[in-house]
Amino acid sequence: MVEKAADATARATPTSVAHRVRGLSDRAIAWLFIAPTITLLLAINIFPLIWAIYLSFTNYRANRPNAPVQNVGLSNYERVLTDPDIWQAMQATAHFVFWTILLQTVIGFTLAYLIDRKFRGHAFWTTLILIPMMLSPAVVGNFWRFLYEPQIGLFAYAVSLVTGIPTADIQMLGNVSLAPWAIIIVDTWMWTPYVMLICLAGLRSIPDYIYEAAEVDRASAWRQFWSITVPMALPFIMLAVLFRGIENFKMFDMVTLLTGGGPGSITEVASITLKRAAFESWATGRASAFAIVLFVAVFGLANIYVKALNKVKQR
Amino acid sequence: MTHLVETPRPSRPKRPFFLRRGPMENIATTLIAIGFLMLFQPFLLVLYTYSLVTLLAGTAMFIIVSKFPE
Repeated sequence: MVEKAADATARATPTSVAHRVRGLSDRAIAWLFIAPTITLLLAINIFPLIWAIYLSFTNYRANRPNAPVQNVGLSNYERVLTDPDIWQAMQATAHFVFWTILLQTVIGFTLAYLIDRKFRGHAFWTTLILIPMMLSPAVVGNFWRFLYEPQIGLFAYAVSLVTGIPTADIQMLGNVSLAPWAIIIVDTWMWTPYVMLICLAGLRSIPDYIYEAAEVDRASAWRQFWSITVPMALPFIMLAVLFRGIENFKMFDMVTLLTGGGPGSITEVASITLKRAAFESWATGRASAFAIVLFVAVFGLANIYVKALNKVKQR
Repeated sequence: MTHLVETPRPSRPKRPFFLRRGPMENIATTLIAIGFLMLFQPFLLVLYTYSLVTLLAGTAMFIIVSKFPE
């Protein structure tokens, strides 16, 4: 039946096309298939990267496209790397990335471990936990802004109920020391399910016979957790950390919607500083240099991270 | 009575240190880690200034030495 269909298709192919395809080697056909992907990759990723590297050595301004472009050497990099404001933005980014990853990994793995127990209704709870991840960041940002409202927000009301502090004093987005944590809470709420999903895949991939063998050897639940569960789920946890780390370095939408970088510039992460340099000061060359600095940092870290991941997988 | 006679293994010519993948990869990794910490530390502006050079050196070195044979 299948052969007949194949014969029919072969007969229906115009002779000119059949001759052309017959003349191609397997390698050529493989290249033909991946050529569109490679072309897209070059156009969307590689070309802008090379263009940004070029722009970072010039005084180009995107709002003056006809002005002569001059080579300024390393001065854009010098400015980026000696500017205390950009340095502060880097620290804000580091604070945000560190705490979000730590909280998301700990809570995500704990949730995955609990869901993996396969209790009654675990599928329902899994779906419920995954909902924040499916929402648009724009929706989540606006939604949490209302929750954080000191007068009408549910968050302020709940905190007030527990601690006894008046709701008017719980200024999550207006207080210098609370605003960074407000963003961390929202990002953790939204992306912990993603980490949980990856950890759950890791936990489900551990074969049951390993636990059975450990029970025969009278290993305690604590010992099983540290000697079987954690080491075998570690590559998955590391992958989740890598994905979230790269994503959080670029965090822009949530911060813009919640605080816009304020109060003052306390929550101004690197991507917001970059956007201000590129589209408010129109210093395209300097913004490109800053983008390249961030790229090198993430690329370098991803390299050592992949090396560590491979080592863990080989164990 | 038998005696075990140990014959020395034919030793492979050892590559010089800077052409060995393992140690060079470790040096590159350390450089990247130091550069990364320098970029995000809140203590000294001068460390932040030289972080890109350190990171670039480490990353370029890592790309090159990871092509060396094991």
